[in-house]
Amino acid sequence: MTNGRTSDIVVIGGGLIGTAVAFGLRERGLDTVLLDEGDVALRAARGNFGLVWLQSKGAGLREYTSWTRKAVDAWPGFASKLRDVTGIDVRYRRPGGYHLCLSDAERDKRAAMVARIRPGQPHDARTVMLERDELKARLPFIGPSVVGGSYNPLDGDCNSLALFRALHEAYSVRSGDYRPGQAVRRLLRGKGVYGAETAEGTWWAPKVVIAAGLGLVDLGRQIGVGPVVHPQQGQIIVTERVKPFLDVPISQIRQTPDGTLLVGDNSGGETYETPTSLSVMHHLANRAVRMIPELSDIRIVRSWVALRVLSKDGAPVYQEAPDWPGVFFFTAHSSVTLAPMHVTELSRWVADGAIDEEARAFSTARFS
Amino acid sequence: MTHTPVFRRLPGPDREKVVLTVDGHPIEALKGDSVAAAVLAAGVVSTRTTPVSGSARAPYCLMGVCFECLMDIDGEPNSQACMTLVRDGMVVRSQAGERLPAGQPRGGA
Repeated sequence: MTNGRTSDIVVIGGGLIGTAVAFGLRERGLDTVLLDEGDVALRAARGNFGLVWLQSKGAGLREYTSWTRKAVDAWPGFASKLRDVTGIDVRYRRPGGYHLCLSDAERDKRAAMVARIRPGQPHDARTVMLERDELKARLPFIGPSVVGGSYNPLDGDCNSLALFRALHEAYSVRSGDYRPGQAVRRLLRGKGVYGAETAEGTWWAPKVVIAAGLGLVDLGRQIGVGPVVHPQQGQIIVTERVKPFLDVPISQIRQTPDGTLLVGDNSGGETYETPTSLSVMHHLANRAVRMIPELSDIRIVRSWVALRVLSKDGAPVYQEAPDWPGVFFFTAHSSVTLAPMHVTELSRWVADGAIDEEARAFSTARFS
Repeated sequence: MTHTPVFRRLPGPDREKVVLTVDGHPIEALKGDSVAAAVLAAGVVSTRTTPVSGSARAPYCLMGVCFECLMDIDGEPNSQACMTLVRDGMVVRSQAGERLPAGQPRGGA
């Protein structure tokens, strides 16, 4: 127990949310320590599909729609800022995005979801349902099994691994104190400070941000917060590089500017296990080929399972712990899309206590 | 692109000779060689260019993991040369950038 120090703020979790908030706090000049469990962590940030996505957000919680809209509006400036600070291009693009349906049942389900979200969407960012003929005119490569789909003009994508790296790099460029290999076992109360205890020592600060993904289940229990998140398996297939032909993201298939195709279209079990499954790969590949028949002879080179971090309604949770004032916990399934808001708005809240009015909607009060 | 080979074969049991063509040039290999081993032994320096930066690449891990050794083998683009055994009469081509999607002319170069 030789390591550890006292700072203004301790951020627990070096994933997309923790690193975004920590970068924002350094932009505000606060002495910040970022504790990262390391590569043994479940790390949803490493399994991400890379969508910057608006069209399906807010079916369970109206404010999720407007919050996501703000994030999407902030994305171009956010991407160029990251490039200025770090030299890393996260390859953000916003050509509009599609979701394809392979049966009437799928289309009806999608249309019902779109109808639920629609009242909360501003007129220039409406998700629309498209019939097969309209889709075929826009996406000539779709197969005969596609019966329809949905579209939003503000959807886009990015290289989410580059984003993850850029946030870490930006935090480092701003002289952030990054501590890997620090799994937090216990949260402690001191005099005017809280402590995050790891195997190496205790890190003290008057404010603590828990951005620990599924680690919130255990840390939350320690601060009197019931289970807020649960895991959901998601499997992704990665193909060999193919000359780019798909220049718009589809929620189930996207092609990176370097040619790799990602296919991810499933919701697996609520478990902490991450084995890849051949039957899921078969299911994913089969659906992908029905959507885009040209994919039929393209080789799969990798597949992985990662765990989504989901709240009960799928929307983010931003909360200051009632019994531990100064301890905040932040979690979201869409931490790529929302990254600009996490850098600016969440860090402002933690630093100044100035909560964005809209962000109040994401407290755990909605679950009670 | 061939040069004086960087690699030399170690003595081993006699193996049957096979001939394959690499970018139109015949090279000699031994039965049981991987295509990657055969082209490296023949002095081929670069086997493809990467679509990411355009820089030249060559077989690296030789065990199927790194995907640096992708070549067009018997008309099949993006084949892993380290995971493919040589065959007499095989036609191998180095590859420039990405392969094309299905339904378009094959071959990267």
